[in-house]
Amino acid sequence: MSEVLQIGSRSFSSRLLVGTGKYKDLEETRDAIIASGAEIVTVAIRRTNIGQNADEPNLLEFISPDKWTILPNTAGCFNAEDAIRTCMLARELLDGHNLVKLEVLGEQKTLYPNMTHTISAAKTLIEDGFEVMVYCSDDPIFCKELDDMGCVSVMPLASPIGSGLGVVNPHTISIILENSSKPIIVDAGVGTASDAAIAMELGCEGVLMNTAIAKAKDPILMAEAMKDAVISGRKAFLAGRMQKTEYGNASSPTEGLIE
Amino acid sequence: MPAIKFHLNGELIQKTSGQSLAELASDLELTKKKFAIEMNGEIIPKSLHASTLIEEGAVIEIVHAVGGG
Repeated sequence: MSEVLQIGSRSFSSRLLVGTGKYKDLEETRDAIIASGAEIVTVAIRRTNIGQNADEPNLLEFISPDKWTILPNTAGCFNAEDAIRTCMLARELLDGHNLVKLEVLGEQKTLYPNMTHTISAAKTLIEDGFEVMVYCSDDPIFCKELDDMGCVSVMPLASPIGSGLGVVNPHTISIILENSSKPIIVDAGVGTASDAAIAMELGCEGVLMNTAIAKAKDPILMAEAMKDAVISGRKAFLAGRMQKTEYGNASSPTEGLIE
Repeated sequence: MPAIKFHLNGELIQKTSGQSLAELASDLELTKKKFAIEMNGEIIPKSLHASTLIEEGAVIEIVHAVGGG
């Protein structure tokens, strides 16, 4: 399969996007990302330490922007203004790189997105030349609106960020897919390989995950599992699954049985 | 240049003489790393770090990339 995942002006062969949070150290982060085969890697934007640990290694020394497409996120932002400011800082930090993952959170407990602020921030960012991949609720109407606005990828949650609950509402994901003109990438909530495969079998163009890999007992092995699951799920979607039936249907001939 | 005080990433900093943003970044050993500077709510592009002097009372934020999902 030499299919390409087209996101805005960029194209990719891997459909697994991974985060860089919650790993034991930067070596493990890098090794897991390599094992995952991901080409798009999310990062967060935070204050530098101011001299306390000047020689502390920097994430981008391990995950080079020359080798991976860095996707800065706006995690931790609870309003449009902070999210826009974070994207602008990220663009400056990454020498004009305009691809961002917009997420505006609504509350700490569920980490569900605030869609009013998400839509407002997306509008401003698109007008300013950003290519916006947007984390959003799994609501077909909001997803369509973000698609129509010109977001380069719409990324509904499978379940709450970091929950590992998997795709809790495959029906809404299917409706979102029906209405979409841009790649739909399930972002957040995947817990294990079968969750990623389910998202891909539904027809999603990709899956974005962090905790499922970083908090596995063996993150490197789970990264490999997720790589395989996304590939398998995509192949199964393209292959087209058999029809389900209510009752048994013998696979072996019913004639010619010995008597 | 006279002594100045400014806020850097939420902390009050005092320097015996004024300095440019490039000099501040060098003091923090950031020069070879990827970072971005905002002063008084405005992003100052890298090309202007050397020529931009820190103003008395300035509020400066310096950010970099960290692990995140």
